Parts: sequence; C-alpha cells; structure tokens
Amino acid sequence: MAIGIVVFPGSNCDRDVRWATEGCLGYPTRFLWHETRDLTGIEAIVLPGGFSYGDYLRCGAIARFAPVLQSIVDFVGEGRKVLGICNGFQVLTELGLLPGALIKNRDLHFICDNTLLKVSSRRTGWFSERQIGEEFSLPIAHGEGRYHCSDETLLQLQEDDSIALRYVSNPNGSVADIAGVTNKEGNVLGLMPHPERACDPITGGIDGRTILETLLT
Amino acid sequence: MPNFQAQVLVSLRPSVLDPAGEAAKSASNRLGVPGIKKLRIGKSIALEIEAPNESEAKKRLELLADRLLANPVIEDWSLEVKPSL
Repeated sequence: MAIGIVVFPGSNCDRDVRWATEGCLGYPTRFLWHETRDLTGIEAIVLPGGFSYGDYLRCGAIARFAPVLQSIVDFVGEGRKVLGICNGFQVLTELGLLPGALIKNRDLHFICDNTLLKVSSRRTGWFSERQIGEEFSLPIAHGEGRYHCSDETLLQLQEDDSIALRYVSNPNGSVADIAGVTNKEGNVLGLMPHPERACDPITGGIDGRTILETLLT
Repeated sequence: MPNFQAQVLVSLRPSVLDPAGEAAKSASNRLGVPGIKKLRIGKSIALEIEAPNESEAKKRLELLADRLLANPVIEDWSLEVKPSL
C-alpha cells in the first residue's frame, strides 16, 4: 500500500512531499495525475501545495472539479486518510470536505517563514502522539492563508473538537488562530503549514515527520 | 435557440475583511483623490448562454454562480440576464 500525491497543473510541492514520504520516511509513494480516477493500492492521499490551475477564479476552485477528486470524495467516505497542505487545504474547503475558506492574508503580503504552532486537539490520529498545547515549528508559505468561517461554523468546529492546530502568534489574521482543521470524522486534515518541508534534518528541523507518519499508521 | 447575455457580480461578504480593497483605498489617498470612504474589490464575470428561454437561462446561471463563480462561505453574488441583441 502506498501514499498517493495528487499532481494538478500548477502543483509545486508534490515533489517535496514525495521526498518527505519516500526519501525521508521510506514509505512507498506514487503520484496521482489529476485526470485519473484509479486509486487502486493507495492507502492515504496528500493534496500538495502550489497553485493548482493557476489559482484562477479562487484558490482551489477549479481543482475541485478534477476527476481524481471525484474518487477522493468516495475514498474519504470509506474513512481513509487525506491530508491537504496549503493549496491542498484550499482545495478541500472548496470541495466541502472541510468547512470554511482560505482568503488573502490580513497584512498585504505573502508570508514565507517558520512559524510556531500549538496542538489544539488530540481527538484524531494526526496529533494523538503530541500533547494539547505542545508547541512545534513548521514553515508556512502563503498569500491566501487566512482561515475564515462563519460564527456558527466556528462554534461547530469547537464543539466537534476539530481545530487541530493553532498559530502561537497569528501571522495572517486567521479566525481563532486556526492553522489546521479536521473533518468531524477525523480522517481529513487541512493544514496551511508545510510538514513536508520539515522532515529532512539538513533543511532545518523534523517537526513535520509525525504528521506524515500518521498517513500509514 | 436564443442567446442571452449575462453578468455575474461577485463581492466579498460584508463581514469579510478585504485587505486588497483597504490597500487600494489607501492608495487613492496617495493619488490625491479625497473622500473615498469605502472601497471593496469584487469580480465581474461576463457570460453568453444559449437557452430555450430567459427563465431557463437564469436558472442555469444561478447554479453556476452559486457553485462555481462564487464561494458562498466568503462571497455574495448577483446576476443580470438580458436577451442578446
């Protein structure tokens, strides 16, 4: 069984994810072209960062209609794991697999930095190895990473314990410092930070490893 | 079958902060245009559609606006349809 990484036109973190899962963690990994519907042999899926379909219309708005995503909706329904990173998170919200939306950063700039995060929920397998409030650092790189949702949705997220990660120092104006959320079932996780860029000690830190390790556990 | 021209206007919901609009507003002061109290940026989408009648055209375009052109989580939209000349 392998990890599948979806490749859209405009994805640019697909190879970084592959280096992390295959090169650093030793997991079998395959690319899934956006036009495929065949997920045979795939155990978990990563939607990588980048600019799928040029981010035209809205981030993730066109990617949502890719054939592979029709299959991924069924895959999620079977309870299997899907991780959306950055643009992948945006795609998951456009698709309705995760609530809310990601919009332009509050402060008029693209942010590329390391950022301190804290675990906000241990309800799902993604962070069950860490403690509530535990802090760790991951890179962020986004212009449209401000998490937005209605007050009702925020209440629902809190009630369901679905806010997985929060920023320690909110860099982009996200509602409730949200950096990552899960669906109610817990098998879908969307993150603005990039765990795949924190898996190889020679490029600065391995705080992202535990998140990717949960894909095959 | 008749053709219809349509325009969909997409705007950020009033409750959603518009940093691009704020930036343009502050630039309007620097340009020397005083008195701009509000500036919010949206999208205008021009369409042409072939449909049996205007109400069918409208029905299809409403679906398109709601499911693709706008994201109801953050945006409102409005639609105008008229027969092509």
